Amino acid sequence: MGLREQVFQYIISGLTLGAIYALVALGFNIIHNATGIVNFVQAEFVTLGGMLMYSFYSFFKIPLPFSFLLSTAAVTVIGALVERGPIRMAKSKAIIILVFITIGISSTLRGTALLVWGPDNMPIPSFSGEKVIRIFGAAILPQHLWVFAITIGVVIFLQYFFYRTLTGKAMRAVSANRRAASLAGINVNGMILLSFAMSGGLGAVGGMIIAPISTTSYDTGVMLSLKGFAAAILGGYGNSTGAILGGLILGVLESLGAGLISSKFKNAFAFLILLLVLFLKPSGLLGHGEAERV
Amino acid sequence: MGRRSGCSMVLGERKNLFLIILALLIILIPVFVKNKYYFTVMNVIGLNTIVVVGLNLLIGFGGQISLGHAAFYGMGAYLSAILTITHHFPPWPTMVIAMLATGVVAYFVGYPSLKLRGHYLVMATLGFNIIVNIFMVELDNITGGPSGFAGIAPLSIGKLTFDNDYKNFYLIWAFAFLCIVVSLNLVNSRVGRALKAIHGSEVAANTLGINTDHYKTKVFVLSAMFASLSGSLYAHYLSFISPRSFDFYYSIQVVTMVIVGGMGSIWGAFFGAGLLTVLSEILHVAEKYNIIAYGTLLTLVLVFLPEGFLVGLYRLYQKRKMKALIGGNKD
Repeated sequence: MGLREQVFQYIISGLTLGAIYALVALGFNIIHNATGIVNFVQAEFVTLGGMLMYSFYSFFKIPLPFSFLLSTAAVTVIGALVERGPIRMAKSKAIIILVFITIGISSTLRGTALLVWGPDNMPIPSFSGEKVIRIFGAAILPQHLWVFAITIGVVIFLQYFFYRTLTGKAMRAVSANRRAASLAGINVNGMILLSFAMSGGLGAVGGMIIAPISTTSYDTGVMLSLKGFAAAILGGYGNSTGAILGGLILGVLESLGAGLISSKFKNAFAFLILLLVLFLKPSGLLGHGEAERV
Repeated sequence: MGRRSGCSMVLGERKNLFLIILALLIILIPVFVKNKYYFTVMNVIGLNTIVVVGLNLLIGFGGQISLGHAAFYGMGAYLSAILTITHHFPPWPTMVIAMLATGVVAYFVGYPSLKLRGHYLVMATLGFNIIVNIFMVELDNITGGPSGFAGIAPLSIGKLTFDNDYKNFYLIWAFAFLCIVVSLNLVNSRVGRALKAIHGSEVAANTLGINTDHYKTKVFVLSAMFASLSGSLYAHYLSFISPRSFDFYYSIQVVTMVIVGGMGSIWGAFFGAGLLTVLSEILHVAEKYNIIAYGTLLTLVLVFLPEGFLVGLYRLYQKRKMKALIGGNKD
């Protein structure tokens, strides 16, 4: 394989990973916009998506498409419970306290996942076969196409939801100004609940579509979501176009870096980029300069 | 915020009394305790106390959270190990070199993110921690890679070598005591008052002429240096270090200790380090329960006692006393 084909191959696998980072970054953004917090449970949404799908499919023998839907629904409910339980019950609404509550919940859920499923990696079959497709000399698996298709579908759905439906517009109103939204008769708590539920669903979808490529285990979500977080920062925290752009750029840079420079430090690239963005342009690629200096 | 600093003052007023009690405990415990295992646990508490007391200055007084202290702790440990064993540096000056080097790195991580409003330090330190951990694993010809770095010589003063748990108890706790004294003095000094003002309202502090970036960066660097010191002591005490001890889960653990103990209370930090170290020792038999217990405790304390366990309970007690004083009147 020549260098050009190799680079093309890296870009394809980078875009696949990038799509997952983008979904996770969107999940981070939705909660950030509604509440202002960084939700560390995002990692467990991704993990639980993959693991529950594995259980539904391999243990309960439910057909793959239904397992996919069931798992999405289950994690959506878990997302809602996170908000309805600890986050809403918290006595202090200080951002930093809420952020650490999510860290606490995240540890609890990760520990529980370890207890239920053990430490091993679980395989999930591809959604439609393993027949390699060759494009310009690069090998593409059908699962790669599923990742792209589902990600694009989710993005279109979100676009429609936030700009064409009343509930979506209400959520945007809450993120613009919570008090004003509440005065306009919007159920702010309901919107926050919905934002956690949606992030849960998004994380689960991300975790499930990547699982056939990389398998799934009780802590797969941790790295994926930390990188998704880096992607959100890179794109401009809170900006949804930025999240998608940040995810894809990060995925491709990481894949090229690992392939052409050194695969040893593959996981370090994303965080190096995170630090560089924070130091050089903290508002990210498409941010509105929210990261104001005191 | 006034309530919180008010409480830390309550605990600070009897500063000298508490310090004397702690000093006596440190001297007397070895007279009564003979079990080797207990010494190991107490030494780990001492090491954690050093990290947590420093981190508490940052969280409780600087109002900022770091998820990168495991990296600073690890830098102390690895610098001590590599410099003394591979390059034959003398151990004591190496500890100072490690602290200074860690401080410089912390400055470069902290300064850019502390200039920004909001919680950028959390993100920057989190990323930094992961990068440092990856380097510990991947630079295996220098660090020993995932299997760790073994054969680190114990510290010694003259003919006294700190080569068992008992001797290390005195060494580690002497440093822990010193760190507590330094922190208490810092809190009750001009710098401490400036930090409290920053925690209260950064804008107000700024208008009063307090250079907020400057103070926050300083306290961040100081807390990183505390962690580095503790890391060096850890390396010389256990003689073996591996990257797993310095991943970002340890960063979360130490932040949990600060929060459970009570942000802004030095004694609370000491208490948090003790409680959670003992808890994780008890749960050590089943490591999987450890994560659940940590997570659940952190969640419960933050949801119901956001001021921390010690301070929260103290407040409940005060409320009770007030109720009793009012004479059973409702509310």
